[in-house]
Amino acid sequence: MEWETVIGLEVHVQLSTHSKIFSGAATAYGADPNTQACAIDLGMPGVLPVLNKKTVEKALMFGLSINAEISNKSVFARKNYFYPDLPKGYQISQYELPIVGKGHLDIQLDENTVKRVGITRAHLEEDAGKSLHEDFHGQSGIDLNRAGTPLLEIVSEPDLRSAKEAVAYLKTLHSLVRYLDISDGNMQEGSFRCDANVSVRPKGETKFGTRAEIKNVNSFRFVERAINYEVARQIELLESGGTVIQETRLYDAERNETRSMRGKEEANDYRYFPDPDLLPIIIDDKTIESIRTTLPELPWQRRERFQSDFGLSHYDSYCLSLTREMAEFFEATVKATQATPKIVANWILGDFSAYLNKEQTEISESPLSPQQLAQLLDRIADNTISGKIAKTVFDAMWAGEGDADKIISSQGLTQISDSSALEKIIDEILLNNPNQLAQYRAGGEKLFGYFVGQIMKATQGKANPQQVNELLKKKLG
Amino acid sequence: MALSETDVKKVAHLARIALSPEELPSHIKNLSKIIDLVEQMNTVDTTGIEPMAHPQDITQPLRDDIVTETNQREKMQRCAPLTEAGLYLVPKVIEDRSNEASEF
Repeated sequence: MEWETVIGLEVHVQLSTHSKIFSGAATAYGADPNTQACAIDLGMPGVLPVLNKKTVEKALMFGLSINAEISNKSVFARKNYFYPDLPKGYQISQYELPIVGKGHLDIQLDENTVKRVGITRAHLEEDAGKSLHEDFHGQSGIDLNRAGTPLLEIVSEPDLRSAKEAVAYLKTLHSLVRYLDISDGNMQEGSFRCDANVSVRPKGETKFGTRAEIKNVNSFRFVERAINYEVARQIELLESGGTVIQETRLYDAERNETRSMRGKEEANDYRYFPDPDLLPIIIDDKTIESIRTTLPELPWQRRERFQSDFGLSHYDSYCLSLTREMAEFFEATVKATQATPKIVANWILGDFSAYLNKEQTEISESPLSPQQLAQLLDRIADNTISGKIAKTVFDAMWAGEGDADKIISSQGLTQISDSSALEKIIDEILLNNPNQLAQYRAGGEKLFGYFVGQIMKATQGKANPQQVNELLKKKLG
Repeated sequence: MALSETDVKKVAHLARIALSPEELPSHIKNLSKIIDLVEQMNTVDTTGIEPMAHPQDITQPLRDDIVTETNQREKMQRCAPLTEAGLYLVPKVIEDRSNEASEF
């Protein structure tokens, strides 16, 4: 039977603020355990939460960027459950009236396919603390520094149909929150976490199958693997006559499998009710409009500008604008060089990206600055070096051997564009290869390339390739 | 409406309240009374009335995003039964070693 995968994602984005959502404790990552957990975060009796204005603004920025319905009234609710890293016995979240309503996000699946993914809602809530389960004489250690850290939970519609689509959605969302600067998006530190609701159904069926919720996925790669594993598991189960049960499963990256979290389902009765400690948030239209004016250029707006200002293709523009850092690097390079934007785009999406990937380096840690790359591209533009030699220079620049000009002069890489010098070399080569010359003259035109190769070899690749072609053609006449 | 013994046991479990068999009957009676009161309120026609999220008709004040709390760990941990390396110690909760295993 042919199966269709149905995925909906819940993404928890940590909003970048100095203080917590309901208290004045710091949110800095990596502090000593419990040094940033105040009486409010600990759920001490008699304390009252007061909402952080920045979290409201950041949530609204997100809502406006995805064209969401923003309701004028929003309410906090208590989600009740017991867990040691949740001192109050409830999490302050939102239930009936979330701050951000229905919106959508367009994702690029490949060069020619764009898909619109529905976003059901996004709501504000507080994070819980962390439980450390090892090394405490059979007990668990609790660090409440993270308790009360502001989160925006973004819930998608079940619109995604493959692990690949889920990853494309996550990357687009990640790019958006970075552009908006509402979160640092740091996945290692848990600032961008994802739960995936996964089900399968026979192709053509309109009803959804029973879903499993996968938790604990904190990288794009793991999301893809976890979903693929889960889809295969469910199909195998159904095809062998079994049924999928609705449950929470945990992804284990080391074993690449999802496992049932036994016994958790019974507790899934959260008994939401409006939090009496917090009053409704009223957002008037004036506030919404003033937040709208603070929106920066968004990834898709930047992409359109790259297309219209620089004449780049839709896909090149999309790739370059996917992350704010990449887009800024590209624009700074274009500004600093005589090379065309298209050539800059080719280098950045080609060699530069390949090096970043190979060395697992973030663009912010690139050993090359936009100005250094610009200088290299200038030397190609003014014919000092060929495009091929430029790759050698790029290699040396990446290795920290200095600027393009320095490397070109110290390694003697300047292109040979002197006709008489080139002619001399060509003559020599033709003279030393009489057999090939005779074959060429007898119709072996493929040997043209052989001669070019010999000339390049003799000049260590420094001969101006265009001139070599022209001169060689003339000589072979 | 009279609540069943099962209902009350379930609610007690969710609230992590231990009820002895002797305590059960009075809780069933008292909770059922509260439900009756709610039932009584349900008979009022509220068509067209927007529910309030809070009994006071005022809105949430907002605070500026400023850190105002200092580290008071030592003071806070004085009332904790067990601490170690700055952590609160609690009976082991689940077998899983991942710290992401909370409800999020």
